[in-house]
Amino acid sequence: MLNASVSATTAALPATQAEGGLDLGALFSRSEVPKILEELERDLVGLKPVKRRIREIAAHLVVGRAREELGLTSGAPTLHMAFTGNPGTGKTTVALRMAQILHGLGYVRRGHLVSVTRDDLVGQYIGHTAPKTKEILKKAMGGVLFIDEAYYLYRPENERDYGQEAIEILLQVMENQRDDLVVILAGYKDRMDRFFSSNPGFRSRIAHHIDFPDYEDDELVAIARSMAEEADYTFSPEAEAALAHYVALRRSQPNFANARSIRNAFDRMRLRQSLRLFEAPGPVDRAALSTITEQDVRASRVFAGGIDAPPRAADDNR
Amino acid sequence: MHITQGTFSFLPDLTRAQVAAQVQYCLEQGWAVSVEHTDDPHPRNTYWEMWGPPMFDLRDAAGVMGEIDACRAAFPGEYVRVNAFDSTRGWETVRLSFIVQRPEKEEGFRLTRQEGAGRMQRYGFSYRAADTAR
Repeated sequence: MLNASVSATTAALPATQAEGGLDLGALFSRSEVPKILEELERDLVGLKPVKRRIREIAAHLVVGRAREELGLTSGAPTLHMAFTGNPGTGKTTVALRMAQILHGLGYVRRGHLVSVTRDDLVGQYIGHTAPKTKEILKKAMGGVLFIDEAYYLYRPENERDYGQEAIEILLQVMENQRDDLVVILAGYKDRMDRFFSSNPGFRSRIAHHIDFPDYEDDELVAIARSMAEEADYTFSPEAEAALAHYVALRRSQPNFANARSIRNAFDRMRLRQSLRLFEAPGPVDRAALSTITEQDVRASRVFAGGIDAPPRAADDNR
Repeated sequence: MHITQGTFSFLPDLTRAQVAAQVQYCLEQGWAVSVEHTDDPHPRNTYWEMWGPPMFDLRDAAGVMGEIDACRAAFPGEYVRVNAFDSTRGWETVRLSFIVQRPEKEEGFRLTRQEGAGRMQRYGFSYRAADTAR
């Protein structure tokens, strides 16, 4: 998609070609961005609309750099973003990648990510909030400030809440120091919408609203597989079938958090596998140590109706 | 009289970009940078007024530059310096300290005399502007 738009743009600019044209593709591949985008594509399962949006932003930034080099006005683009989506849909992971992309394109100088929540920004007594917020902002300078669950900053039920003070300082810096840092707000969709409607200043200062969809069942299985691979484990074929069943069941149960639920489930499977090996007689080999079998998966309480169901006797499956 | 204290003090005053580059160097070494100001640059006056606590865990000079600008705006007629503290074991001291603002007219020092026992004269010196302020 990006390559197509890049070649289309170069074709549409034959006039500039004469006075020292620019190869957008070269400009693009000179930065580290293609590598990061490739990693994004490979490491993150699913998230099609998110990846598409990131490529759009990356393309826009490359074109902006090209315009700058040819003396066209580009102006510092507004790069503040809002990530909305259910828990465990990869908002933090993508924010970290975003910091690298922006660094690769030279829009932030250091490319680090400072991840904060309300507690880090808002003080506990009068006069405590401003220094606290400013200190976090100073730490985030040159990188990306990621505010998780940003809607907690604004508490309409308490008109003397100090969150408003933090919001005002944030807005001021977001407006005046756009070259120094990029702010990414994240949170659940409906609550973020309410937050933006009561703080119109935020909505107008954020250029990119990206919505993270829930994962499909097969995507969650793929995520589990890649987590296992990373930790040097493999699922036996029966275990993988059980895992697909597990994902389908888990989704309908309370507190389902997409990839985060899968990570927790995988951690518990490892525990069960360890105990099984520990209690089995005889020596273990490499294959036994690295394989998660069907019984490790099936022992989960999810198959017995979730955490609300009465626990089965002699079954440690929390 | 041009006060020569700290690093770079025999050079022409650093520009804002040069200050930012020095601060960035300090941050890259992992030093904690702080801003201080005083109206009395006597060499024995080691402790200047602090402009906020030292700044830890910064990655980019922009944060420090903001504090320097704020301090300069608040005390336009005073000396402002930047200290970089190295906390690694064995150093635990200020590694770099330089002046980033001087008053427009530097008053220099005046000689002070004090009568001692048996009409002995003790000599000292004090900063002129600090004198008139008192």
